[in-house]
Amino acid sequence: MSRLAAPLVAMLAALAIAPAALAADCPRTTLGDIEDEVMCPVCGTPLELATEAPQANRERAYIQRLIDDCRSKDEVKQALVAQFGDRVLALPGDEDSDFGDVLVYLIPGLGVVLAAGGIVVATRRWRRRGGGGGGPAAAAPTSAASGRLDADLERYDL
Amino acid sequence: MRRVLSPIPLAVLVAVAALVALLAYGLAENEPDRSFEDAAARGQREPAPDFDLPRLSGEGRATLSDYRGKVVVLNFWASWCEPCRTESPLLERWHRRLSRDGRATVLGIDGQDVSSDARDFVEEYELTYPMLHDGPGDLREPFGVLGYPETFVIDQRGRVAAVRRGPVDEEFMRQAVEPIVEEA
Repeated sequence: MSRLAAPLVAMLAALAIAPAALAADCPRTTLGDIEDEVMCPVCGTPLELATEAPQANRERAYIQRLIDDCRSKDEVKQALVAQFGDRVLALPGDEDSDFGDVLVYLIPGLGVVLAAGGIVVATRRWRRRGGGGGGPAAAAPTSAASGRLDADLERYDL
Repeated sequence: MRRVLSPIPLAVLVAVAALVALLAYGLAENEPDRSFEDAAARGQREPAPDFDLPRLSGEGRATLSDYRGKVVVLNFWASWCEPCRTESPLLERWHRRLSRDGRATVLGIDGQDVSSDARDFVEEYELTYPMLHDGPGDLREPFGVLGYPETFVIDQRGRVAAVRRGPVDEEFMRQAVEPIVEEA
């Protein structure tokens, strides 16, 4: 009896361990990790913002099925592209590289540079006009003005 | 000469003008294309854009010109679209009736949909008419499709004879589809 029990126990243990081992091999990704990087094609918004749209809910269910199937994030994205085309990808650079992707990064950078340049120019002009406490009130008096001031003071018995 | 505006207010003005122009462009771009309906209302028929799409079953492809010589009731639908559920049994009934003598067919275009969900839908409603899959929704623009479902009746010469925005009903099928089939 005990000779039969030992292999049986070993087999049961192996069966119990197998799903855990499979889960360990499964790429760790979540719906939340993916839905901010893909679009809801019908809504025209990132999937995470489309909370009520029926198409978005179907897309979420599809992604969840793929995750449950142990697909990695990249594999899920590839499957979405196969279903909905490149436009389902929300992040620039996820699609085939094109000039649009470059512009997405270039335009905000250019905006920041232009804004910084504008601030520098405006600050210089403001200083030149005498802003910031460096105006006529703080300028050193000329010798003629000093003379007039002394004469005025002498007239008062202070 | 006196300067009208200093550079900073000018830059703000330019930025605001650019934003307004961008907004106007966005609105103009999203303006629905109603050229098929407008032409049909004038009694004219515009040629339907041809397309080449995979079959929903995954087996092969089909083009609109494959159906030239037949009246095509081109129905844009998706499995997540609730009104599509109400019209599908009606379309199936009419397809069986219209296709009996080979003069017409319903042709379904499943758009922006997960193909396995769409196949489940076809099975659930026992739809027998041909189905094509347009996952990216590329046909929306050339046909001016605003939502799902929409139906375009294409005459045997490949011209759009009638358009229905929203689900079709018996009245539309009798008044807009049947007379065009009778012409064929």
